[in-house]
Amino acid sequence: MEDDIRELYQEVILDHGKNPRNFRHPEDATYEADGNNPLCGDRLTVFVKVGGDESIEDAAFEGRGCAISVASASMMTDIVRGKKIIQVDALFDTFHKMCMGEEIGETPEEFKDDLDKLMVLSGVKQFPMRVKCATLAWHTMNAAVHGKEAASTE
Amino acid sequence: MTATTTVMKSDTSNSYDVVAIRADFPALNLEINGYPHAFLDSGASAQKPNQVLEQMDQAYRFEYANVHRGAYTLSQLATDNYENARTAVAKFMNAKTPDEIIFTRNVTAAINLVAHSYGREFLKAGDEIIISHMEHHANIVPWQLLRDAIGIELKVVPVDDAGNFLMAEFEQLLSSKTKLVAVTHVSNVLGTIVPIKDVVLLAHIHGAQVLIDGAQGIVHEGIDVQDLDADFYAFTGHKLYGPTGIGVLWGKLDLLNKMPPYQGGGDMIENVTFEKTTYREAPARFEAGTPPIVEAVGLAAAIDYVSDIGLTNIAAHEQSLLAYATPALSAIDGLTIIGQADNKAGIISFTLSDIHSHDIGTIIDARGVAVRAGHHCAQPLMDRYGVAATARASFGLYSNTQDIDQLVDALNYVKEIFS
Ligand SMILES: Cc1ncc(COP(=O)(O)O)c(C=O)c1O
Repeated sequence: MEDDIRELYQEVILDHGKNPRNFRHPEDATYEADGNNPLCGDRLTVFVKVGGDESIEDAAFEGRGCAISVASASMMTDIVRGKKIIQVDALFDTFHKMCMGEEIGETPEEFKDDLDKLMVLSGVKQFPMRVKCATLAWHTMNAAVHGKEAASTE
Repeated sequence: MTATTTVMKSDTSNSYDVVAIRADFPALNLEINGYPHAFLDSGASAQKPNQVLEQMDQAYRFEYANVHRGAYTLSQLATDNYENARTAVAKFMNAKTPDEIIFTRNVTAAINLVAHSYGREFLKAGDEIIISHMEHHANIVPWQLLRDAIGIELKVVPVDDAGNFLMAEFEQLLSSKTKLVAVTHVSNVLGTIVPIKDVVLLAHIHGAQVLIDGAQGIVHEGIDVQDLDADFYAFTGHKLYGPTGIGVLWGKLDLLNKMPPYQGGGDMIENVTFEKTTYREAPARFEAGTPPIVEAVGLAAAIDYVSDIGLTNIAAHEQSLLAYATPALSAIDGLTIIGQADNKAGIISFTLSDIHSHDIGTIIDARGVAVRAGHHCAQPLMDRYGVAATARASFGLYSNTQDIDQLVDALNYVKEIFS
């Protein structure tokens, strides 16, 4: 169990949790959505700026939550920049499976680096109650780019 | 009924035999992730002693039938058990009569019953209900629903930084518009013991009635409803070492009998025709449908169990744990206790540096320690103290200093990980 804890709370996650990247409110965001994990009280707002070709020019977030949810939001906002919305959808799908401990199958070459990075969050699969923490930011991003105002993990 | 062997624990010569008590609770003897089980979440729900489980087992196996219906032996036995449980609750709370005891699903259902039945009968637009800033959502939301339905106003008594209920501010909120004061006996987050007797006195001077949410209070302090003289007192069985699925609403009998039914169905009627139905008096009026029969038996067994140990002894034990834990936790660098009221029950909410309580909860679980993490169904209170969530350790009659030592060690482990 303590190995699982060390695996979950590894250096990278603690670093992103403590010093989140893209923690700001960009004035020129084209979409934003609120994410809410009602059981934990975690709340995030995700901002995205989508360019003409449906690609994400900027992504950022604000809010508060546990180390896992903040680290996940921090990593996500780095990773999605420059990607097209459909790519982000595909990545979310795979990441979600990873967190649930499901088979992710063949990973397309274009996502390999990203998924390698996100792998550090897959430690949550040992902690079913924490999966929502790792996926909250992604649910919220998903809501934002698909024009919904809010996402809830419930 | 089976005779359960109970070790004499109410030794008044002050030796509180926590070892013997712990032996009654199978869950406490579990190993969790390779560590002894340090269960510090009794405030959310308490573990159950064998005595309760055995009584319920007996009731299901050999004494089970629906109540208030059949003319046969088991039905009579089950009805007697159920009504005896009501009598046991009445005695425990010092109610005037068992008729004042209404069995509900939990304290939430009890408060909703009052909001619907009493609220819609006696309150009208412009009337005011006073609650406090430290209420559980169960004592906020039902009143908001009532407000939205009939247009009453809700006023909130503030708490100070330490978590004390501000009596002077309460007094100022009271007016001829105040119809009901609904406050908690003990805060589930801060541990504050609210001076509810003063609350009742002041409210009554202004002609307002009083409902006390006793979910935590009855467990840590006990209650004498005649001495308190409130109008309603509600609690929940599962926090009192009894089963889930049962709660209690106590109300003054004449008041209960003026209230209309809350839910309709079997058991609560006197006579039904398609034109007109007449209702029975309390408590039957408020117990539509098949009640929590075996849960009532379990609750009575739990009441027996705590009465055997003695509520005063339990309170003293919890106070000694509080006195042990408060400095031990405060000594951890970065730990802040939220809730330092003058008069506190065995509940300690805290934050640790800027580490989120869910991370704390997950990590200390790996060391066998169970605490509650989150907003504790008291979001307005979290906002009041400017925190999103806290971790909360709460003590039960079986808690010991080893649990607290284990918590302190585990919190140091959290700090190590986050260092
Ligand atoms: C003060 C207080 N009120 C109400 C409740 C709700 O109890 P229940 O969920 O059993 O209705 C709780 C328990 O969580 C509580 O601590």
